[in-house]
Amino acid sequence: MAADLIHLPAAALAALLDANKISSVELVQALVARQQAVDGRVKAFNSLDEAGALALAAAADARRAAGQARGPLDGVPVGFKDVIAVAGQPLTCSSKMLANFVSPYDATVTTKLKAAGAIPFGRLNMDEFAMGSSTENSAFGPTANPWDLSRVPGGSSGGSAAAVAAGEVPLALGSDTGGSIRQPAALCGIVGFKPTYGLVSRYGLAAFASSLDQIGTFARTVEDAALLLGAIAGHDAHDSTSFRVEIPDYRAELAKRKGPWRLGVPKEFFGAGLDPEIGAAVQQAIAFYRSAGCEIKDVSLPLTAEHAVAVYYLIATAEASSNLARYDGIRYGHRSAAATDAIDIYAKSRAEGFGEEVKRRIILGTHVLSSGYYDAYYLRAQKVRTLIRGEFLRVFQDCDALLSPTTPTAAFKLGEKSADPLAMYLSDIYTIGVNLAGLPGISVPCGFTGGGLPIGLQVIGQPFQEAALLAIARAYEQGHEWSQCHPAL
Amino acid sequence: MNPASDLNIEYVAHLARLALTDAEKQKFARQLGDILHYVEKLKQVDVTGVEPMAHASPVFNVWAADVARPGLPVESALRNAPAQRDHMIVVPKVVE
Repeated sequence: MAADLIHLPAAALAALLDANKISSVELVQALVARQQAVDGRVKAFNSLDEAGALALAAAADARRAAGQARGPLDGVPVGFKDVIAVAGQPLTCSSKMLANFVSPYDATVTTKLKAAGAIPFGRLNMDEFAMGSSTENSAFGPTANPWDLSRVPGGSSGGSAAAVAAGEVPLALGSDTGGSIRQPAALCGIVGFKPTYGLVSRYGLAAFASSLDQIGTFARTVEDAALLLGAIAGHDAHDSTSFRVEIPDYRAELAKRKGPWRLGVPKEFFGAGLDPEIGAAVQQAIAFYRSAGCEIKDVSLPLTAEHAVAVYYLIATAEASSNLARYDGIRYGHRSAAATDAIDIYAKSRAEGFGEEVKRRIILGTHVLSSGYYDAYYLRAQKVRTLIRGEFLRVFQDCDALLSPTTPTAAFKLGEKSADPLAMYLSDIYTIGVNLAGLPGISVPCGFTGGGLPIGLQVIGQPFQEAALLAIARAYEQGHEWSQCHPAL
Repeated sequence: MNPASDLNIEYVAHLARLALTDAEKQKFARQLGDILHYVEKLKQVDVTGVEPMAHASPVFNVWAADVARPGLPVESALRNAPAQRDHMIVVPKVVE
């Protein structure tokens, strides 16, 4: 039984729990065994509190036995990207700066998941402070792609994607600033979902670029993504950009929404740089929707295609340079033993605590905000951002959602792009516009390359239309069996 | 203007309070020169009359009730401090 549990979707696990076929303790034990068996190779976890997870599982089993189960997630483990606070657990951002940091409070998503009975299961590896697209920037070493251990899992939420793909945990949380959920989900063959900016509270998420960051979900099916989203979405007074909007039962909405839909295909997302195998797989997905009765429209996003990456790397680094100023070696985090005065503490603690990519982005962000350059770089980028959002909203006047590849290539080799930051930045070219415009986006598996590497289909939705977006993604998933493919480990 | 020579890495590293090694300065100056060259293309976009966008959420001027609420207990707030004594964070002397 235990070996059969590791690749089941959360909804199926919930059904087994409800039917008393398994207990939450048995489920946690099976996942711990799996984690111990494979994570020496996958390296998705920064840490795992096995005893704490088992105690919460026993409490969930007691609730269920008493007829007081809190819903489908009660007793189901959820992995946390190591950037979201769980009180009493480490929060490292995969940085030496926070190597010994323990969260003093819960993030709002953590509070909500605990209320639903979900079990925080492990701290998952990432690019340091979520800066990267391969998880190679972790201070604790890279995570491997479960489909090919010589390749990257994507990033920055590579540990979350790899853990779900490898059968170590059924669900995980991540954060997506420029594609950091969708890109690793695509590269690891699972479902990765980034909600509309403002739908999920960022309170307790260590900030990278506050106007772009959004917490989202990793899952094996779209139904599971809907289940987890319903548990974490909603207005929060602790996050002033959180939006007051009705939160439907996203899972129930899936069954109600059958289409057909009007789906746009941005022609610029199929141009130079796209691997032909990825393009072919996505074209087949588009053909599937057409055969299902959907209206497929050719649309154009010229500004996004040409300028989103440039706008992103100005705005994200500017915000990062400001956000990461808090790591000063004074109140928490690494403090240099070599420092003699206050300024020296700041400069040396930051030099010792931050890795190379973080330093590079702080320098770039500081430069573009500095006197004499602010207007030319940062302010201009914010204006082009307005135009990019307008471009998306215009296209959405005639479309319910957009279809594109999630990434231009499948998983690349460890080390392949780590020497060239610009090449790494360009691997986010199809995902970044969604963050700039604040839209919801999802990556669902849509096939494999000839070499056996997963391919992701990106579906981009209208602001706060998560129920429609999930239903559209679910329609594709139900017509295919990719979610039943698992890596051999 | 040449964006590569535009970046005064010594000055910016000081602003960012980041003690970089000479090797890092050389490497970052070259790599960030490439990136600044890449973003130069934004100058092609006509932004006349366009409002800058700070974030994508349709909320503005959020007010909170002016009511005291419990915060973190001192022990929790100081738990991660690198050096502490008597419920205070210890730092080197900053005034003579």
